[in-house]
Amino acid sequence: MSVIKVQHISKHFGNLKAVDDLSFEVQAGQVFGFLGQNGSGKSTTIRMLLSLIHPSSGSIEIFGKSIEKNRAAILEQVGAIIERPDLYPYLNAKEHLQLFAKVRKQKIPAGAIDATLEKVGLFHRAKDKVQTFSLGMKQRLGIAIALVHNPSLIILDEPTNGLDPQGIAAIRTLIKQLAKEEGKTVFVSSHLLSEIEQVADQILIIHQGKKIIEGVTKDLLDPQRRIVQIKTMDDEGTLQVIVAGSFSNYLLPRREGIFLKIPTYEIPLLNETLVKAGVALLAIETKNSLEDYFLQITSNA
Amino acid sequence: MKNYKVILVIGALFLLSFMSSMPLAAQLDPLIEKVSQKLALVNDYVAEGNMKTDVAFIKASLGKVKVYFKKPNLLKVKKEGGISLLPRGGVSLTINTLLNTKQYTTIPAGTQLVNGKNLTVIKLIPTDDNLDWVISTLWIDPIAALVYKTATTTKENGSYEITMQYGEYANYGLASKIIFSFNTKDYKLPNGITLEFGDEDPSAKQKALKNKKGTIEITYSKYSINKGIPSNLF
Amino acid sequence: MWSLIQVELYKIFRRPRTYIAFGAVAALIVVIQLGLKIDGNSYAAFLMKDINDTLTVDGKVLNGYLICYILLQLLLVHVPLLVALIAADMLSGEANLGTLRLLFSTPFSRTQWVLAKFIAASVYTILLLIWLAFLALFVSMWVFGTDDLFLMKSNYVVLIEQKDVLWRYVGAFVFASFSLLTVTSLGFLMSSMAGNSIGPIVGTMSAIVFFTILSTLNIPLFTIIKPYLFTTHMNNWKEFFDIKVNASNEAITGSILNIPKIKTSLIVLTLHIILFVTASIMIMKKKDILS
Repeated sequence: MSVIKVQHISKHFGNLKAVDDLSFEVQAGQVFGFLGQNGSGKSTTIRMLLSLIHPSSGSIEIFGKSIEKNRAAILEQVGAIIERPDLYPYLNAKEHLQLFAKVRKQKIPAGAIDATLEKVGLFHRAKDKVQTFSLGMKQRLGIAIALVHNPSLIILDEPTNGLDPQGIAAIRTLIKQLAKEEGKTVFVSSHLLSEIEQVADQILIIHQGKKIIEGVTKDLLDPQRRIVQIKTMDDEGTLQVIVAGSFSNYLLPRREGIFLKIPTYEIPLLNETLVKAGVALLAIETKNSLEDYFLQITSNA
Repeated sequence: MKNYKVILVIGALFLLSFMSSMPLAAQLDPLIEKVSQKLALVNDYVAEGNMKTDVAFIKASLGKVKVYFKKPNLLKVKKEGGISLLPRGGVSLTINTLLNTKQYTTIPAGTQLVNGKNLTVIKLIPTDDNLDWVISTLWIDPIAALVYKTATTTKENGSYEITMQYGEYANYGLASKIIFSFNTKDYKLPNGITLEFGDEDPSAKQKALKNKKGTIEITYSKYSINKGIPSNLF
Repeated sequence: MWSLIQVELYKIFRRPRTYIAFGAVAALIVVIQLGLKIDGNSYAAFLMKDINDTLTVDGKVLNGYLICYILLQLLLVHVPLLVALIAADMLSGEANLGTLRLLFSTPFSRTQWVLAKFIAASVYTILLLIWLAFLALFVSMWVFGTDDLFLMKSNYVVLIEQKDVLWRYVGAFVFASFSLLTVTSLGFLMSSMAGNSIGPIVGTMSAIVFFTILSTLNIPLFTIIKPYLFTTHMNNWKEFFDIKVNASNEAITGSILNIPKIKTSLIVLTLHIILFVTASIMIMKKKDILS
């Protein structure tokens, strides 16, 4: 069952296309990694999931219902942190949780607040005002706010920003625990593949508002498969050859250039097919890992 | 010889003028004496009454007042627990305070028909320069020995007219209703001070422009006479 | 909805800024009271110069009721600025802080949030007014005592009996609450249009100052537009202190000279409040929360 179903959403701010025809699905109990560099449209997408931003076109369904029409019922089951952990400097950690527990339709059990603080490691600082908190502590409090009402979908936008290595590790553990032990669906965004690949079951890479690649992490990181870039004089003709030669399954969506994620043993066959069809090949370059690929597309920008 | 004649003429004129002034100073009008005698019965009084202020630029409601009087000329009007507006220097010039000073001469000025009553008109001129009034005209009912109207010109506070009506306490010469009439001056405060920038009651403004005469009316309901009042009350 | 209002009130009263207005009102009132206590008689004498030419005023003119009137005249022009400090910050402040996105991703609609915030800002406004009433009226009554209210207006004087005064103040304060809520809603509207607090606060203050000046200038050109300015109507609490007279110029105790004027002003102010709040809701509903 898909918890999030996004279909062809776009968002324009004037001439700027922040999100461009994006579609994806997130399954229940999954940790979904949403990867993209800063300004790639991650936060705009997340804000659309939370109905903070109205999409210019397309539809979003969460728990099988349209977010536009069933906003309240959906958001009751969603916990989120969005970008920076912005909080009320004059309130303490516990007061934040009390405040956000109050603005839920369901009744939050009395022990939930302390338990949540414990979970994010802020229990000992519960009575301290947020203005004395480090960025990392604010980040953890932000996560606590997202968790306090025990939601079934958790959306975490860059949750490890500002955290030290121990903090990052703790969040990683927490995310895994939420999904594996508590059966929650976690949608987590980051601009670092290294963070996402360790926790996500599924990864989507977004660049300039468009989906670049999406797949099961295991497959994307599979050492048996390589990402191949084909450089030619005629991309259009080459694409026709690839499709005709039944390699279309391996094609990665890309605005410019031709990329395929292809089992290593099929690379010679691909080469042969292209040569036989008379494609004016300039090069077939293999990338070592998803990281290489991610770095390359983002550095092209 | 010529000098002697001149001295004689001057001396005669001096004597004549002295003689002519003698009866005026020596004897007061008997009617005034009669009125004074009546008023002399009252050593002090406390009167209760209603006071109505009718001045064009003032909006005030009917107020309960107490009027205190003590011989010879102490008078005080007090509003019960409130602010009272009285003609400047005017209230002290009631009949009792005027006549009790005894420092005046009288000039008869005939009779006049006022409100169907044939009243004797007598003018008083103070003989003491320290008194603050210059001349006062009294309209007196000669039979009842009651003053129905006075018109007084003061040194500093303009002219006043006081009209009186009598009832229960007429025997003491005490009125049941007194109306003070006096001239009012303009009233205006700059908007910047009052911080009133909207339109005020236009009818009140118009009235103030038209009517330059104000009255204060006291209707007495009860007098307590000669019960004694401490002087420090005034 | 109730829990949203509670949350908003909680936030307002946990912020130090909130108490600036309460402190400012207290300081202003105490300073004026002190000044009038020490030197009030010469002030009263100055006001009564024209009257004293004709009449002797006997009694405690400078009593608590008059002091309260003087205070209200001075303060009801300035309190809106203090109200703006909080009201114009309600939405934009949270947008600036970044917490608005947390609130708007809860299961409550934006309309509910905006209304809850407006109600909370209104509660703050009313509490500020009650605080002002307490200091200006009751403390003045205690310090200066009570007597008839001798009110010197520009062209005439109104003498209101002591027993006829207090209800007028109740009326005036209820009226003033509408005036201040208009300011609250204006600040709120400005707040909905901005992403930081300084703009709407300064904007609201400027609008009030600007329109108040237009309302108070007696220049024919401005007289035409005066009835359409909300600041003109905000000042009409004073109408509670003008009294009717009968044919023989006796003031009628318990009467108000111009009730229609008060009614009109209340309607105009209420319409402004509804308009400003509705506009704020519309703007916030459409807005993309980018902060």
